[in-house]
Amino acid sequence: MMNIAHYVPLSPLLAFVINIIFGRKLKSASAAVAIAASIGSLILSVKVYQGLSFGYGSYHLGQWLTINGKALNFGIIVDPLTVMMLLIVSFIGTLILIYSTGYMHGDIRYSRYFAYISLFMSSMLGLVLSDNFVMLLICWEGVGLCSYLLISFWHERPAAVAAGIKAFVTTRIGDTGLLIGMLILFFTCGTFYFCDLATVKGPEPLMTLAAILIFTGAMGKSAQFPLHVWLPDAMEGPTAVSALIHAATMVAAGVYLVARCFPLFVAHPIALETVAVIGAISALMAASIAVVTNDIKRVMAYSTISQLGLMMLALGVGGLSAGTFHLMTHAFFKALLFLCAGSVIHAVGTQDIQKMGGLFSTLKITSSTFIVGTLALAGIFPFAGFWSKDEILITAWNNHHPIFFGVVLLTSFLTAFYMGRLIFLVLFGKSRSDLHPHESPASMTVPLIVLSLFACFVGFIGSPLKEAGRMEAGVETYWIMLASSVVSISAIFLAYFVYLRGFLPVSIRSRFKGLHDLLSHKYYIDEFYDFIFVKPCALLCRMAYSFDFHVIDGLVNLVADLAQSVSGVLRKFQTGFAQNYLLVQALGLVVIIIWLLKI
Amino acid sequence: MIPLLSSIVFLPLLGAVMLLLIPSQMVKLIRTVSVLITGSVLILSLYLMMHFDTSRMMMQFTEYHPWLSGLNIWYFVGVDGLSLGLVVLTALLGLIACLASMGIEQRVKEYFIFYLLLMTGMLGTFLALDLVLFYIFWEVVLIPMYFLIGIWGGPRREYAAVKFFLYTLAASVLMLVAILGVYFLSNPHTFNILELAYVGFAPHWQLILFCAFFLAFAVKVPVFPFHTWLPDAHVEAPTPISVLLAGVLLKMGGYGIFRICLPLFKHAAHELAYIVGILGAINVFYGACVAFAQTDFKKMIAYSSVSHMGFVLLGAASLTATGFNGAVLEMFNHGIITAGMFLLVGVLYDRAHTRELKLFGGLSSSMPIYAFCLTFLALASLGLPGLGGFVGEFLSLAAVFGVFPWLGVITVLGLVITVIYFLTMLGEVLLGAVNPKCSAYQEMNGRELWCVVPLMMIALIVGFYPHSVLQFQEAVLLSLSRLF
Repeated sequence: MMNIAHYVPLSPLLAFVINIIFGRKLKSASAAVAIAASIGSLILSVKVYQGLSFGYGSYHLGQWLTINGKALNFGIIVDPLTVMMLLIVSFIGTLILIYSTGYMHGDIRYSRYFAYISLFMSSMLGLVLSDNFVMLLICWEGVGLCSYLLISFWHERPAAVAAGIKAFVTTRIGDTGLLIGMLILFFTCGTFYFCDLATVKGPEPLMTLAAILIFTGAMGKSAQFPLHVWLPDAMEGPTAVSALIHAATMVAAGVYLVARCFPLFVAHPIALETVAVIGAISALMAASIAVVTNDIKRVMAYSTISQLGLMMLALGVGGLSAGTFHLMTHAFFKALLFLCAGSVIHAVGTQDIQKMGGLFSTLKITSSTFIVGTLALAGIFPFAGFWSKDEILITAWNNHHPIFFGVVLLTSFLTAFYMGRLIFLVLFGKSRSDLHPHESPASMTVPLIVLSLFACFVGFIGSPLKEAGRMEAGVETYWIMLASSVVSISAIFLAYFVYLRGFLPVSIRSRFKGLHDLLSHKYYIDEFYDFIFVKPCALLCRMAYSFDFHVIDGLVNLVADLAQSVSGVLRKFQTGFAQNYLLVQALGLVVIIIWLLKI
Repeated sequence: MIPLLSSIVFLPLLGAVMLLLIPSQMVKLIRTVSVLITGSVLILSLYLMMHFDTSRMMMQFTEYHPWLSGLNIWYFVGVDGLSLGLVVLTALLGLIACLASMGIEQRVKEYFIFYLLLMTGMLGTFLALDLVLFYIFWEVVLIPMYFLIGIWGGPRREYAAVKFFLYTLAASVLMLVAILGVYFLSNPHTFNILELAYVGFAPHWQLILFCAFFLAFAVKVPVFPFHTWLPDAHVEAPTPISVLLAGVLLKMGGYGIFRICLPLFKHAAHELAYIVGILGAINVFYGACVAFAQTDFKKMIAYSSVSHMGFVLLGAASLTATGFNGAVLEMFNHGIITAGMFLLVGVLYDRAHTRELKLFGGLSSSMPIYAFCLTFLALASLGLPGLGGFVGEFLSLAAVFGVFPWLGVITVLGLVITVIYFLTMLGEVLLGAVNPKCSAYQEMNGRELWCVVPLMMIALIVGFYPHSVLQFQEAVLLSLSRLF
């Protein structure tokens, strides 16, 4: 193993520094800097991948802190999981940077955009290379920061600013759990290192609690229920950002974290069960919302939540290889779908799918790649999503989780249905408004084509963690493949009849109005949070200030006023007039005399 | 050999005397002399830092001269890992705030005389090792501060100055009594802080004396509920004075806890650690809540200081080396970051003549460099890993979790609120629709920028390589933690 892995994040970091300092002078050359750096990372990642055959492990970079007398060393971990992430991040990152040169063309903060993306790539690459929780946390917050900066990139829009804050704060709430979890782990087992997780022993239920808290961090990052609310709003950012950060890489960091800490979760079944349940809820909930969403990017966002839920579910039923496999395939086809959506938005200037329609005739390349992405996501044979979803199903079945198996099937039905709806509403049928679409420039379509090739074929590679324990199927599993295919294809047909042929009778529509309302209001979760957390928190803070102002400071001023008024009374005796003093003297004398005479 | 520490302490005093001799019309000369003096102090303190032996936990560069021998009072100064960082911080912020004072137009001569006197007081407090000397420097700080707020401050300057003065004075009277108590309880009677650490007072005396000292320091830190002088003083003080107030003066309280309360009254520290920890957690959480409710930029930063100083208390309360390191590092980091924040608030105030957060908006379009600096420092302040603030908070938090887990949980919740109010602030000031009033603001000029850039760089260096600061303090704080 060559110790070159830690150079991988450095080249985008350098690009960030160059672009942030000289960006104004570089103008459009800033894109070239970022792309060059990204390609540099890609080449290095490939080298690291080649080095993998010589064995893997971790190596130290140097001491960072001393905590409770223990040295905390920063180090790099190199194993198939890391290398897979490195390749995904640097490869998709490069494509998205190329795409962005077209997509962001003419933006006033062009160089700033590329600087942020480079910083993101650097942090993300660092995240997957970290061999301990602390270094991971640093990079973890780094990607969160970039996500915040890029969501509110068009910060003239108030919605973008609000979305940025929401994203940062929601993920930070999850990170709070991660921080507490890793500290519990440190104080019970004395380690921050991932490599020790397989052997740590600690008291129950503290260890289960630690694992669940670590998972909370993953929930925030991977937008899992109940911390998923930030991801749909994050679509305020540029679409290329959504593709890279909010579909392919950053949101997968939560899945990565669970995969990285897998031994810990396996050793604590309740924690593992939690992962599966949260994943299942997220998968179903988000998929059902996606069915009624009309904003093309938000459909993608809910789809991402749902697919991340499937990955979590896969991990939760013990499928480390299935979960990471789906992470990999999803990164490609979801990035592709987002870029296609971006290309569509670029062409028609709206995000409302009800206003689109019949775009296939004008946007040939975008539409074809869009369809490829859709088939991959819907899990149609032989596209990428089919293989990974199949592996999830097989794992769930073999590990005796029939309920989760059902959840995955139901989710894939919903997935195929809403993707079918999207395709038929956007690409086919008649145009429903007066749009003048035009195909995007080559800088945007070439990445689409490349990604669609991957969306076709990446599934054949198989899981990168095959050796790590794929349960070779003892029972015949072809029926599972068949079942999932039937489910997906029938869902697409249903979508075809409902949305293209208009087969949905009005009576059904009205009967399910309540359900439709529930779904289109996203189960009222945002409203609920607003009522339960946001408003009370603001109220608490205002009350705290009012307490501070009136009570605490009031007491301080009261003491001062008291002193002043007492001295005001006493001052009356110090008139400065000799007559007054003489009078008091005389009166005093009289009193004394009377007193003496009485005795 | 030149007495290095005395030169550092008394050079500003010498400068103040020099300024007395310069006619007040020669404003330029006065400014030049002040900058030269504060610059030399910084150079001397950097020299001190370079020749500091990080492996030794003993006092270094000590100077020990009889002063009032009848009462066994000595002129005794020295530096160790605990004070070194604060001395360098004071010298650095002294120069930066001096450069930021170039905008002062009224009564320039008096201003700089008070300013330099303040420097002597602050540096002396961190270096004095005799309680009487310590007390004198402690009080010396008050007087120039009173005038600097009261004369050059904002509209309610007199109220703020009097409040600041009386509040701290009342507290330090307690300290004076405690100092006398320590003196008469020790045998032979001594004011020497290092010797007093070996005395071992009776437990009930320890509790009383600890509380007396702690109250005096608590006002300075400031610890809830003794903090309300701080927002008023900050809002009224001119920008450079706010910088020193937040950057250095608050640290005097934290320093006092580490220099006096912990080593002298070990038993009491053990007994009261829980209470100190609770106060720290309240500081973090309550300070963050109140900061969120602010509409005035400066007041918000002032309350965020209250919140951040809670970490110092938490670290101290943990009574572990990790916590001590976190607390002392947090003092340094908070000094750096918050000083930068106040400079940036001042930059905005100079242009807008208001600090109402709601009246800004969209500044990142008209002032991109300013926007970068403010975002950077706000992120550092909210404890983003990779920047300075995180390391100190992380160490304190890690230590507290090992001792009082529930306080750690409360603290972490406070950190979430910290994120909310800083991001809301950034959203209101920098982002959003461009306020037409703000679109004409000039970008930061060179002087303003170069006052902030060194602070940002330090925050970055500490964040990535905390050892750069921790190396100085680790040895002495380890030996301090061994006492418990």
